[in-house]
Amino acid sequence: MTATEGRTLRLIVLALVAGGLVLPILAGLWETARAAFGVLPAIGATDWSLEPWHRLFALPGFGTSLTLTLWTGFASTALALALAVGFAAAMYDRFGVKGGARLLTPFLATPHAALAIGLAFLIAPSGWIARLISPWATGWALPPDVATVNDPMGLALILGLLVKEVPFFLLVILAALSQLPVRRHLSAGRALGYGRGVVWIKVILPQLYPLIRLPVYVVLSFALSVVDIAIILGPSNPPVLSVAVTRWFLAADTSLILPASAAALLQSAVVIGGIALWRGAERLCAVLGRIWTRRGGRGVSAEPGLMAAGGAVVVLMGLGALALVSLLIWSLAWRWSFPNALPESWSLKAWMRPGSGWDAALENTLIIGIATTTVSVALAIAWLEGEDRARLPRAGWAEALIYLPLLVPQIAFLYGLQVVFLRAGISGGMIAVIWAQALFVFPYVMIALSDPWRALDPRLLRAAAALGAGPVRRLLAVKLPILLRPIMTAAAIGFAVSVAQYLPTLFMGSGRIATLTTEAVTLSSGSDRRVTGVYAVLQAALPFVAYLTALALPAFLHRHRAGLRGGAV
Amino acid sequence: MRGLDLHSVTIRAADAPLFAPLTLTVPRSTVTTIVGPSGIGKSTLMDFIGGHLARGFTASGSVILDGRDVTRLPAEVRRIGIMFQDAALFPHLSVGDNLAFGLASHVRGRVARRDAIEVALKQAGLAGFAERDPATLSGGQRARVALMRTLLAEPCALLLDEPFSKLDPDLRGDLRRFVFDHIRDRDIPVLMVTHDEADAAAAGGPVIPLGG
Repeated sequence: MTATEGRTLRLIVLALVAGGLVLPILAGLWETARAAFGVLPAIGATDWSLEPWHRLFALPGFGTSLTLTLWTGFASTALALALAVGFAAAMYDRFGVKGGARLLTPFLATPHAALAIGLAFLIAPSGWIARLISPWATGWALPPDVATVNDPMGLALILGLLVKEVPFFLLVILAALSQLPVRRHLSAGRALGYGRGVVWIKVILPQLYPLIRLPVYVVLSFALSVVDIAIILGPSNPPVLSVAVTRWFLAADTSLILPASAAALLQSAVVIGGIALWRGAERLCAVLGRIWTRRGGRGVSAEPGLMAAGGAVVVLMGLGALALVSLLIWSLAWRWSFPNALPESWSLKAWMRPGSGWDAALENTLIIGIATTTVSVALAIAWLEGEDRARLPRAGWAEALIYLPLLVPQIAFLYGLQVVFLRAGISGGMIAVIWAQALFVFPYVMIALSDPWRALDPRLLRAAAALGAGPVRRLLAVKLPILLRPIMTAAAIGFAVSVAQYLPTLFMGSGRIATLTTEAVTLSSGSDRRVTGVYAVLQAALPFVAYLTALALPAFLHRHRAGLRGGAV
Repeated sequence: MRGLDLHSVTIRAADAPLFAPLTLTVPRSTVTTIVGPSGIGKSTLMDFIGGHLARGFTASGSVILDGRDVTRLPAEVRRIGIMFQDAALFPHLSVGDNLAFGLASHVRGRVARRDAIEVALKQAGLAGFAERDPATLSGGQRARVALMRTLLAEPCALLLDEPFSKLDPDLRGDLRRFVFDHIRDRDIPVLMVTHDEADAAAAGGPVIPLGG
């Protein structure tokens, strides 16, 4: 009885995941690939050819864009990983996993665009930092003429990526370290005469890295193909490849769509090649590291390096926090002329100005976010329940399936998906946006919910079954209530991911559906920081509200249940 | 003044002392044993001597090794080897590389280092085990590798923290003989903590009761 029921549920989930998740990605990739080789009937192109590639290579700035992408992607990922590992090594004894996670949540919850806009407000020549130190320290009465944002080297972009990626790496590393006997191995290594820093590099890191490899690839893929942060902070002319591709797709000249598709395909090749290259570098490091370890040298102290990494991480976190504050200040500022540290007059006008239209964007963001999260959480619960009933561990391919949307660059299949949706008659509407966002929300919900779900004490379910509760009642009356906290947390994460989505909304909404994120990114290139600030503050605030709800609701419902407070998550 | 001396050592966990102040001389070429019931703080004492005391503990008193006060030194420069009860072999390194990790760095050159490791493996009765994954070893084999790794670092003193407690009773005798045979001709002070009276008897050195 249970077995067949479990099978039906699993078949439904499999069909939904295959049809709703995998198929759109594959179809999108396929349509992009066809267009990259000259076939896009919608604009009258029907002949296979290499012409799009020739045009792509001849487009102005193409080579620079590609170089910038590789440089910013690799530099930010490698640096973020090194800083996070160094910080973890320097601070390991001082931070518990739980305290660390709590400290990191604000940075993880803030949408990229809001953080990037805040950072731009902070480090621009006329930004808050310049105002804070002028004129007394710098002598500037006018903003200096240097490009600290949108610099041609992409340094501001790398900084923005670091502020976002380091906290993510730290969270992943803290979780992985809790599975390793760090203290014992530190003692064993030091008793053999090795300094703390060297033990971290020779003993702890080689055990840690395999546990965080997949998240590293996700970050590398993200850094090589990010669009919104790159528009706000990255080089503007030429931009990184992903931004260039987005511009070509959206250009008035529709003949650019074919070379844009070729570039989108190239973008996924860059990510795949980048991951392969990284993998090769891992192998090389492993071989060199083994030779180094065999020599048994104790001499090199890595301690100063670790402390420097720790200090750099603290500075990054400080910048991130200041960036968020600067958003709020600017949205409330009225007159604020250059070197003053704070506005001369404050006003709510930017918030109340009728034309700015943030209310419609907020409404769209909420509707899309809630719908996407609901669908994703429901699907995740169905998937996990199906696994439970089949009593099967998750297969490797299923795990890969979950990570697929996070590893494939969005730009590589979103345009193709738009072509598919257009043919199906659902393009340009809310449904299309919700569907496209769910592709990226579902994986995060699934990842967040899997571990707490499996950690549920199986004796409770056996007890329920022994009392005559069938599978449905066990799910509704035992599992879901006990797992309310992790489910709410997963939902909050999903909502935050949805709020942050830029490209899916832009492409699937055909530019007609404005959310806080699309508006904020568009406004960020404009001059009125007050209006941009309003959008960015709202964008950053929504995930916080979601997280607070996720904390408060279970705490309230379970207020008389000590066993459910703070336990699972 | 060669040897290991403890001067009125006390350790506090949240202000409560774990045991009465301990003063003790551990002479060279013998195994001195501290016995006491579980939970009295024997392993914590070992952590203090080796320089590995965890946060949350405070200690007073001093540790003198070969006439040098090492109490304030970091663990890695004290030259005090420790053999843990669970061997603490590094799972990402082969058996041979675990030994290479321990082998003192003044042994230079690939060939010389490999030879030193082969000799140590032979002494442990594990010749040809260099490429093995430590996870495939038995408990007794792991303990022998751990002792060899510790000795290859040429420590000036050795701490044994319940080294036999995780082994089957019939293996325990073999391993005791192996461990004590290898350290007696080392001319270094050895301090062992255990709750097993048979360990103390086999060590054949002074026995000091802690607490209780």
